[in-house]
Parts: sequence; structure tokens; C-alpha cells
Amino acid sequence: MSQVSPTIPSPTVTPATTYEVTLRALAEADPRIIVLTAENRAAIRNLPAVLGGRFIDFGICEQTMVGAAAGLALRGRIPVVHALATFLTLRAFEFIRTDVGIAGLPVKLIGSVPGFLSDGNGPTHQAIEDLALMRAIPGMQVFCPADERELCEGLPAVLASPSPCYVRLNTRASSPAMLANAGARLAGAREPFTLGQAEVLTDGADLAVLGAGFLVPNILEACTALRAAAGVEARVVNLRTVAPLDEGAIVDAARACGLVVTVEDHLLVGGIYQAVCEVLVRHRVFVPVVPIGLDARWFTPGRLPEVLDHEGFTPVRLADRFHQAWTASKVGALGAGADTKGTGHA
Amino acid sequence: MTGDRAAIDAGELAALQVRARRVRSHVIRMATRGGCFLGASLSCTDLLVYLYGRALRVSPARVADPDRDYLFLSKGHDVPALYGTLVEHGYFPAARLGKHLSVEDHLYWHPNRALPGIEFHSGSLGHLLSVAIGVALDVKLRGGPSRVFVVVGDGELNEGSMWEAMLVASARKLDNLVMVVDRNRFQANMATEDLLPLEPLAEKLRAFGLAAIEVDGHDFAALDAAFAELPRPGRPSAIIARTVRNKGLPSLEGRAERWFVDLSAHEVEQLVAELEGGVRAEISSPVKVVR
Repeated sequence: MSQVSPTIPSPTVTPATTYEVTLRALAEADPRIIVLTAENRAAIRNLPAVLGGRFIDFGICEQTMVGAAAGLALRGRIPVVHALATFLTLRAFEFIRTDVGIAGLPVKLIGSVPGFLSDGNGPTHQAIEDLALMRAIPGMQVFCPADERELCEGLPAVLASPSPCYVRLNTRASSPAMLANAGARLAGAREPFTLGQAEVLTDGADLAVLGAGFLVPNILEACTALRAAAGVEARVVNLRTVAPLDEGAIVDAARACGLVVTVEDHLLVGGIYQAVCEVLVRHRVFVPVVPIGLDARWFTPGRLPEVLDHEGFTPVRLADRFHQAWTASKVGALGAGADTKGTGHA
Repeated sequence: MTGDRAAIDAGELAALQVRARRVRSHVIRMATRGGCFLGASLSCTDLLVYLYGRALRVSPARVADPDRDYLFLSKGHDVPALYGTLVEHGYFPAARLGKHLSVEDHLYWHPNRALPGIEFHSGSLGHLLSVAIGVALDVKLRGGPSRVFVVVGDGELNEGSMWEAMLVASARKLDNLVMVVDRNRFQANMATEDLLPLEPLAEKLRAFGLAAIEVDGHDFAALDAAFAELPRPGRPSAIIARTVRNKGLPSLEGRAERWFVDLSAHEVEQLVAELEGGVRAEISSPVKVVR
């Protein structure tokens, strides 16, 4: 059950659109929306011409931009703030926490290239503690869309909420598996997007795989392969928001499967793994939880496909790791043999 | 800034001085039973009394008026002076000052919005120039008349975010923004110039694109003249107000170690008497080192 979930029905599923087009439409419909950036324009390149004075580029001044966003919100604006995820959440952290968080202002923080999406940049650019930092701020919502379609679906709810929100920007196209799944399961009757409500993508009962963000398509593909190869049926839960967390969906998945695997391109400290464990312990659901994430280290930089392979997050590698976790749970070996490091396994 | 208003007259000058003395008395009475940042509060008292008395177009009836002038207290720990000034202007009753540091009310060492007239919380140095920029940007976008004043400490100018914000304020040509520097030449434990020298401060601010004026921050007529020179079209302004730590209490003026003080009841009465022109107080409370 989500604790704080303003329910704003999104428009019915529309053909694929882009973040920029969606934001533009929302901004054109609502003069309160104002778009800020710290010279990070990749996803919003065409907005200055459209929004005029409601597009403000602060230069490389994340702190001032976030403080000013708080000031704009005091005047009734809904600032949508853009910067690289790592600089937004780290350089400006205290401004987010102190100016936006303490006042509970509806500032929307859009962090680009979070997690593995920083691919070849190296550790300086790896936002892999952003979820921990943002969900530690009281009242902050944290949205990790699985692809650009989900981002566009969630954006109206994000902007309509009176709460501050951090969004892990993901402008990747929907994978065939995500589209096929959506088509098969939903057949035009998709539940409205609700902030704080997870989406159960497959309803297996052998293991529950919980994740959020751009790794969700890989999880889904991995679980499809796992079913085909080993007959293991996974329940894939796309958490969508890490704050608020859909506690009901997490508890249900754990009870139904008796084994939980969490997947995240984030440090294990303070991310999805720990958030899920907290929920399960609070609800007294004691099942093995196997973390797949970054265990106290930065990831090896490179081209994204190679990074995913090297770190063990391609569909093939994930299927293997899910199978290992499931096998270990069957022989009671979890805790001793479970792979939590992400590398170095067969 | 005072536009076509007449220069300050003798009667108004006297009224400001009386009000400043009353505010200082409030401040001294908050410096006990837990204490407060007395030195910074007394150095900026005259600035706040001037701003609320002569410059700001705001009143208790206009705290939610989008066309009001805004004042942001950026360094924050000087808030007893703001509490006292707001009381003298009728924003909330003086009795609430007796609740300073009580969990039953919202008066503590740094400002917060639960008190009528306080625009935003502060306490972490280097934030409110940025927040004020957001307000000033929106005023510009809407074509509103509001001016946005930000009172900052000189020690606060150690923070890089202040200089970043100045770059932005200049780039956006925010001539509705006025940064008022309480130039008391001290930061927590020592003289500003002994740690990270700020001088030549006015030149630095001008180099960052601000129209900067230096003035005696305890001289209401001089402040009036300085503010009358603003704004300069297309540029944010800075008033560098030369002030004295613990101003009004000769026994404590300019003393580095008397920044945060927690006085005995007897010392409070001594200092209030000193403020009113009595003999110099003998302060023996232990020196508090809070930073």
C-alpha cells in the first residue's frame, strides 16, 4: 500500500511520444510550469523557443538553480529542474534537502543519465546513490520510469502532485518485451498510472523480481528466457516509484513466491534492496532477499551494452543470476552462495 | 529605492532610533535561558529597522500579497533582530518572544515560515540569495512591482554558492534584487579579514555585476541616501552596510568571543540598562563556542 499517493489518472495510453513533447504539452496547458536547466539541454532542446521566459538556463550552477526553484515555487510556480543526475543530487543535495525538502515545495527534479546510463563517463558521473539520498528526504517522491513511454505516462501525475519529486530520467524506447507484455496483459484496459503503485508485469510464483527504471525491460526479458529455459515462473514487479513504495505489491510478491530478487543500478546501501527489506521486515514477511546491484563500488565505465554485460545486467546475465538465486533457494543455500557482487560469477 | 519620497526627517529619524532601541532590548532578552547569537543580531538590528520602517512595501496585512516586497534573512542566526522588528511592526505579539526556544512556539535560533512575516527558513549559510533569485525571476516574468531584499552576513560570503548566485543574478539582470551585506567584519570566531579576506569587497561585487554601495549601517540617514540611489537598471544591487558586532552595547562591541551568548538574568538586566545609557555591564558568563 502506498502511503502518499496522489491519484491522478493519466490520459489513456497514447502512441509513443517523447519526454520533450509531453513536457511541452503540459507546460503549454499550465502556465505555472517553468522549465529550468543547469546547461543540460539534451532532452529539452526545443523548449526555449516554445516557452520563452518560462525556460531558464542557469548555466552550470546546480545549487543556485535548485534554490531559485524553491523561490519560484514560493511564487506558485511548478519548476521542472534539469541537470545530470549526479550533479543535481550531489552538488545541490543540501539545497534540495533544505530549500525544497524542508518547505515541501512542488519542485520536480529531473536527473539525466542516472545509474548505468552514464555509461562511459566514469565514477564522477555515476549517480548510484541518488535513490538513497532522495528517498531520505521526508516527503520526496522518487520516480524511476522503465522507459520513455512510462515516463510520459507518469509525468502528468508527477507535475500535478503537491510534493517534490525526483525523476530518474529515462528516454529509452520501449523494448519489444515491454510492448508485448503491455499489449497482452492490458489489451487496451490498462490501469491508470498512479504514483506509488507498482505494476505487476508477470505473475509467476517461483520467485519475485523487483526492480525499477531502465533495467525493468531487461528483467522482463530475462524472466521470459528463464521460463523458456528452465520452466521457472517469475513474478516481475515494476516498482515505478521508490518513494512512495508500493508496500502491498512487495508483500504480496514475497508471500506468493517465497523468494525475492531485487535489481538496481544503484549501490546496495539505501536503494531498492534495502527499501524492500525494510518493508518486508516491517510486515514480518521473512523470505530470502537476493540483491543484484552495486555492492560498495562504482561500476566499470564503458559503452552501455558492454557495461551491462560486464556488470551482469543484460537479459542473458540476469536470467543466469535469477536462476542461480532460485536454485540456491531450492537447496537452502541462500546466504552462502548467492551472488551479490554483480561480477565474478559464471 | 525610496523613489520620490522626501528625505528622512528628524521626527522619523527619532522614531527609527526608538524602535531600534526597543528591538535591541528584545534581542538582549532572548540571549538567556539557552541564549542566542547576540553579536550578529545587534549588528543587523538597524538594517532591519530601517528596511521595515522605510524601504519595504509590506505590512502584517500584506504578508500574502503577491505584490509585496520580500525580505529574506539569509544568514539566519541573526533572527532575534527580525523577531524583534516584526513584533515592533505588529506581525505578532511581543509575548511570543517569551517563548524563545520553547517547543511550544516556533522561535528558535534560525528563522522559519511558521511566524507571520518570515518569508523562508534559513540557517545554512549561502542559500537565500538563490531562493530570492527565484522570487525575483518570477516577479520579472509577471511584471510585478515587488522588490526582493536579501540580508546576508559577510562571513556568509565565504560560501561559493553566494558567488554562483551573484553570477546568475547579474546574468538575469535582476534589478529588483538587493543584497544587503551586514559587514560587521566578524565571522563566528574571528575577524573576516584574518581568515578569508573579503576586501576589496565592493570591487569584488561590482566585478560580479552588482551595483554596490558602501554605507554606515547604523546611520539611518546614510542608509536612506544609499537606498535612494537604487536600483540601477539592469543590475542587481548590493548595499555593503558597515556595522559593529554587538552594536549598542559598548561592553561587548567588537568582541570576537561574544558571538553566541547565554546570559544570566542579572546580566540581561545589566545589558538592558547599558543599552538605555547606563553603566557598562560586567559580563562574566562563560564564553560559548558553538562553531
